[in-house]
Amino acid sequence: MTFLQNKFERIDQYLNDHPKVKFILPQALLLVFLFSIIGYFSFNASSNLAARGIDTGFSFLKNKASFDIQFSMIEFDSSMSYARAYLVGLLNTILVSAIGILFATLLGFFFGILRLSSNPLASGLATVYIETLRNISLLLQIFFWYFTVLRLLPSAENSIVLFDFVYANIKGIYIPKFVWTNLNYFLYGLIFTFICIYIFNKYANNLREKTGKQLPKFTISLGLLFFIPFLIINIFGVGLEFSYPKLDIQMGIANYIGGISIIPELIALAFALSLYTSTFIAENVRAGILGIDKGQKEAAASIGLTNNQILRLIVIPQALRIIIPPTTNQYLNLTKNSSLAAAIAYPDIVLVFAGTALMQTGRAIEIVTITMLTYLTLSISISIFMNWYNKKVALTER
Amino acid sequence: MKNLIKTICGISVFALILTSCGDGGKKASTVDATKKQGFVKCGVSQGLPGFSNADESGKWTGIDVDVCRAVAAAVLGDANKVKYTPLSAKERFTALQAGEIDVLSRNTTWTLERDAAIGLTFVGVNFYDGQGFMVRKATGIKSVNDFKNGVKVCTNTGTTTELNMADFFKSKGVKYEPVVFEKADEVVQAYDSGRCDTYTTDKSGLAAQRTKLSKPDDHVVLPETISKEPLGPVVRQGDAKWEDVVRWSLNVWIEAEEYGVNSSNVDSMKSSKNPAIQRIVGAEGTKNGEALGLDQEWSYRIIKQIGNYGESYKKNIADTGILPDRGPNNLWTKGGILYVPPVR
Repeated sequence: MTFLQNKFERIDQYLNDHPKVKFILPQALLLVFLFSIIGYFSFNASSNLAARGIDTGFSFLKNKASFDIQFSMIEFDSSMSYARAYLVGLLNTILVSAIGILFATLLGFFFGILRLSSNPLASGLATVYIETLRNISLLLQIFFWYFTVLRLLPSAENSIVLFDFVYANIKGIYIPKFVWTNLNYFLYGLIFTFICIYIFNKYANNLREKTGKQLPKFTISLGLLFFIPFLIINIFGVGLEFSYPKLDIQMGIANYIGGISIIPELIALAFALSLYTSTFIAENVRAGILGIDKGQKEAAASIGLTNNQILRLIVIPQALRIIIPPTTNQYLNLTKNSSLAAAIAYPDIVLVFAGTALMQTGRAIEIVTITMLTYLTLSISISIFMNWYNKKVALTER
Repeated sequence: MKNLIKTICGISVFALILTSCGDGGKKASTVDATKKQGFVKCGVSQGLPGFSNADESGKWTGIDVDVCRAVAAAVLGDANKVKYTPLSAKERFTALQAGEIDVLSRNTTWTLERDAAIGLTFVGVNFYDGQGFMVRKATGIKSVNDFKNGVKVCTNTGTTTELNMADFFKSKGVKYEPVVFEKADEVVQAYDSGRCDTYTTDKSGLAAQRTKLSKPDDHVVLPETISKEPLGPVVRQGDAKWEDVVRWSLNVWIEAEEYGVNSSNVDSMKSSKNPAIQRIVGAEGTKNGEALGLDQEWSYRIIKQIGNYGESYKKNIADTGILPDRGPNNLWTKGGILYVPPVR
């Protein structure tokens, strides 16, 4: 025992002499420990799976998927690989999340500001909207839009026609497709336009800082935005035509062909996600605006800023600081909630990859791991972007 | 610093314990485990009339349910000692692999991939099926060859159906849109509401689900069968004893019909002169139960409590109007393809 005691004391002595080692050692040991636990579990799982005759490994990803997917943004058919099916699912998840985030933000800002309105009708309306939608389970809302509202649409033969080119029926909503000629020139032109606007704004800011002269930045930017593309369209012959959806009845089955079809599953999911999340964002917006001291507005007014300028330069930048962190959480929630898609046959990553592909291959551990890592990556990407934006608008202390 | 060293020692001891408990000793046979827990853990569908369906009081009936009941009668002596776990197509194999259930009897198609790659063993076939299509009569579609580009097809996810239809439409060069749901009820609802032009699954399933539509008579199942779907019970790979018990419970159930042994005459059949019948009912001097590690009455109980395959078929599938015609599911002696190895 004394021998052990001596050893310990010598180690102790050594560590005290080498503060760097003393600092790093516990952390390194913890890391080793964590890795050995993870290693142990994966070893245990793989040996048990092998003992039960279950194939393991990620090589299945390059096998032929041999199933089809209803809706994909990239080309896909049953002869392509599981990896490709994964990509289709991932893109569909990103699509519905992006649509959801866009509309949730717009609706959230609208209802958040409306709830602060001095008009009791407007603020009452916003209160009812927020309190109803945020207190009903999201899955129920998805079911409501999908099984109740969209199922009320007529059959394809009796579609609802809007503006003569949008057709809505139970199989989806059909809109015209853009058919471009010389689209490249137009896109290059657009990029050029944005560069011009950026340079102009820099110049205008410099001018203001140096001479105090204010240029009408917004008006000139808007002018550039229309003028340059207009020139390009005329010089390079950029053309735009529409391919309209047409009703096609074959063997008693009516379907629209041509145009773009938006499947009802996407509509229902995007609707439910946007409305549900918008209520939380609305509350964030309200909190942000209420969080700004009245004195700020008064001070701004006293130095002669107009109402518009007060809102744009004083209130909103400060409110954003309060709004953004909790809204980031809502964006993350929305993205993760999009996995409820599987309940209504929207082919997102959970339905396609953690559903069909998992079933057909039986590789539960691998597929669930990939799916979890995918959501983790998506969430972290959103967080990083929002933190960057938050830093940009945060109060810079000097 | 003493603390640090103590922590490290603690962690290493913990790690040692973790690694030493490895994958434990050999698992006890499922037969023994089943006897110990007093019930058979059976995985069934979430509701498919004729195969596995629960009534209002929670009582499960169907030809798949009868397989589990037969195993319970053989092993535990009472066909009612079954715990049913309703599973979606997606969940079923994981539930079996993980030991949540011990027999999967859920209209599951026997395929090479499932048998060989995911650690499962199919023990036999209790229903020969094939994939078909259901359409609205009003469309005038008479054959699967009438499907044209853009057809919208509703079905379940996680099934061989998804793969069969991909192959089928590909071979016909028809572009189709699959709308796949997790639950069969959602598929039925989607098809019924007009979201899809056709509903595809196993033909027995189509016949059963048709009864759930709002106007069953407006729909028709097309005559063609696009795939082979031998449906049967599944067990985990590597437990030969349990596998044998399930396989022979299934076989004796079918063979009883072949020799005309049923629930009402099984007692009198015990004194039959025919040695084959004597073996089926487990009369004096036969040794089948011993070979399986069960008692001599195991097969007698199956027939007494559940009846033979023909009785189950009649009660669950024919009399309910799902598929009155037995077709391939008749005995080989009567023009079908039901042919099981002899119980001897």
